Amino acid sequence: MAVEVIMPQMGESIFEGTITKWLKKPGDAIERDEPLFEISTDKVDAEIPSPAAGVLKEIRVEEGKTVPIQTVVALIEAPGAQSGAAKPAATRPSETAGRPAAPVKAQTPSSQPSPRPEQRPAPVPPPSPALEGPAPEAAVPEEADEETVTSDGKRIRSSPLVRRLARENRIDLGTIRGTGAGGRISKKDVLAAISGAADRPVVPPHPQPAAPSGAPVAEAASAHAALESALPRERIYFGRYEVQPMSVMRQRIAEHMVLSKRVSPHVYSIDEADMTRIAHVREAARAEFEQKHQMKLTFMPFFVRACVDALRDFPTVNASVEGTNVVLHGEINIGIAVALDWGLIVPVLKNAEEKNFLGLQRGINDLAERARAKKLKPEDVQESTFSITNPGTFGGLMGLPIINQPNVAILGIGAIQKRPVIIDDAIAIRSMVYLTLSYDHRVVDGATAHQFMRRVKERLETWTEDVL
Amino acid sequence: MVQVTYLDAIRQALLEEMDRDPAVLLLGEDIGVYGGAFKATAGLLERFGWERVIDTPISETAIVGAAIGMSYLGLRPVAEMQFIDFIACAFNQITNFVAKSHYRWGAPVPIVIRGPAGGGVHGSAFHSANPEMYFVHTPGLKVVYPATAYDAKGLLKSAIRDNNPVLFFEHKFLYRRIKEELPEDDYTVPIGQAIVRRPGRDLSIVTYAAMVHASLEAAEQLAREGIEAEVVDLRTLLPLDRQTVIESVRRTSKLLVVHEDTRTGGIAGEIAALVTESAFEDLDGPIRRVTSLDTPVPFSPPLEEHFLPNAARIAEAARDLARY
Repeated sequence: MAVEVIMPQMGESIFEGTITKWLKKPGDAIERDEPLFEISTDKVDAEIPSPAAGVLKEIRVEEGKTVPIQTVVALIEAPGAQSGAAKPAATRPSETAGRPAAPVKAQTPSSQPSPRPEQRPAPVPPPSPALEGPAPEAAVPEEADEETVTSDGKRIRSSPLVRRLARENRIDLGTIRGTGAGGRISKKDVLAAISGAADRPVVPPHPQPAAPSGAPVAEAASAHAALESALPRERIYFGRYEVQPMSVMRQRIAEHMVLSKRVSPHVYSIDEADMTRIAHVREAARAEFEQKHQMKLTFMPFFVRACVDALRDFPTVNASVEGTNVVLHGEINIGIAVALDWGLIVPVLKNAEEKNFLGLQRGINDLAERARAKKLKPEDVQESTFSITNPGTFGGLMGLPIINQPNVAILGIGAIQKRPVIIDDAIAIRSMVYLTLSYDHRVVDGATAHQFMRRVKERLETWTEDVL
Repeated sequence: MVQVTYLDAIRQALLEEMDRDPAVLLLGEDIGVYGGAFKATAGLLERFGWERVIDTPISETAIVGAAIGMSYLGLRPVAEMQFIDFIACAFNQITNFVAKSHYRWGAPVPIVIRGPAGGGVHGSAFHSANPEMYFVHTPGLKVVYPATAYDAKGLLKSAIRDNNPVLFFEHKFLYRRIKEELPEDDYTVPIGQAIVRRPGRDLSIVTYAAMVHASLEAAEQLAREGIEAEVVDLRTLLPLDRQTVIESVRRTSKLLVVHEDTRTGGIAGEIAALVTESAFEDLDGPIRRVTSLDTPVPFSPPLEEHFLPNAARIAEAARDLARY
């Protein structure tokens, strides 16, 4: 029997994914849970394991194509195995990949379409309150101009112009948040959605993802315009040039950065810490640590520890904002920016407040390695409460980072350098580092930020914890 | 160069057209010896003589009737209404005869009827009217209402040279309040063409006459608040420059019409209908109006101030619309 392989839903708000690489070709034998293809979604890049053992019979979606979730991307001929229809769960590799966070409600629409014949690869889910927000497929584009009611029955307030633009650009108005009077969707809102700056603008024109040559639904709405909309429109195609389409990850980074700068009024505080003591501690412990634990001893866990302690003292820095509520997090989950050859990702070190030094170093190394190997799971990049980025890795003296939403602050660590420093009117050579804090002034005031930074600095300069 | 007032621009147009074409002559109440109630014709009697600058009895019916006859005989009369309010006395001639003569008998009536209109000068109910819409509703006429000295001169010259009857409204509030340098050379401004006085992206303010200045003042204020209003000066009400209005709305997606005429039956209603017919799917908000109230023009200065639109009221409506 043929088992359908579908594009999994990698996170609640994810509605489509791009196949970046097929790891098997038709005719290849494959084991159950053996990596079958790589995908790139709005949140993570991941390897997707095979839902069944057998022979890869057919690839339906080529590399580079973006398709809605639940689209059948391949068929596996599984001799003696249960039929695909009889085993719909097997076609959800996201679960076999160990994704515990998928809420049960999110499966409601997906479990129904699976048994349908393969001619309907991207079934329209029933209008479903289960998905967060209105289901984007609920309104087909032909109806979009007449669509004045969301799937949950709320009236959409717009205007003739907005409805025309939505129709022409295949935008489902139900997916746009209006900023006009009384929540009306204004021209500005719909233009933002068209240019890709909105969260989720596009309705696939026709659900035809089975055709390998089908229109790439994501590209129309890609975030390339997120940057464009922030810049004056000037002539850029002149002379010799090469056009490089943004990867999905690059588009998401662009979107996220524009959004963060728009949403959060950034203020920056710069401080300097004397790292001489920690440099000595690290140098003294390094060989033994690496021999004992089989991993590198870096500076990062020192900074994470200092931040964890400071965040405990200043809970408003370990927070998120929703509307007029400030959410103070009970856990300290540190997002750590990892530079990749193909972009940037911020995996999250969960419950850093419960870890000892060794646990911090192990967690950091594990996340960084898995980020580089594309082995991060969706939950690895979610639920951060504070972030750290390290421009010093590349020699940067200091950086003024953009806040990683929905955090309210991010610490930038510059390069640790020996510098002449005045101590008690004498000039000394010390290992110094510039620390920068970008914080959201809606929530965090300068006084708090500077006290927070002083706490971080004190913790670093008076390090006493045993690292071994 | 010399700064020319709106009033002097009108006088210059009359003088230059009379110089250019001996068929052009003036008739009206007290326009000769006295030089006109507002001195629009001062010095013209001395220059052109009593046969071409004719003081008439106090009868608008007679003035328009005589002008029609003169035009039939090849002259190009310019008739002055001392206050445009009294054009109503000649309503029958204008709407039943002047407007239809060419249509019924092939007999063109190349006359201009001009006079001071509008409020803001405490002229009370008989000396402040804006009766343009009676005539905008009359096919066969052209209706012009300039807002600047340059346009007043250029449009009056076009009106005198036009073979159709033209009603030329002059806003008396502007007579001596605005001035600008005018070209030395002979120039005209075409009838039927609106102009964008100030470009803007957030909304269109379509207006004419004295309200152009109030609207520009409002736009200036709005710009300081980050709202860019485009101000369109209609200049001619009939024939209406639909294209300029619609193009502006297509750019901005929002329309505010401002006029000093009273609200009901004012040209704002016509423009609103035009835009919903031709550019409905370009609209991102309701079409709004700022106009005078539906009452006679009050004499009491505080009441007149309340009655008339002003920059603050325009800015307020524009703000609402921009936020919509």
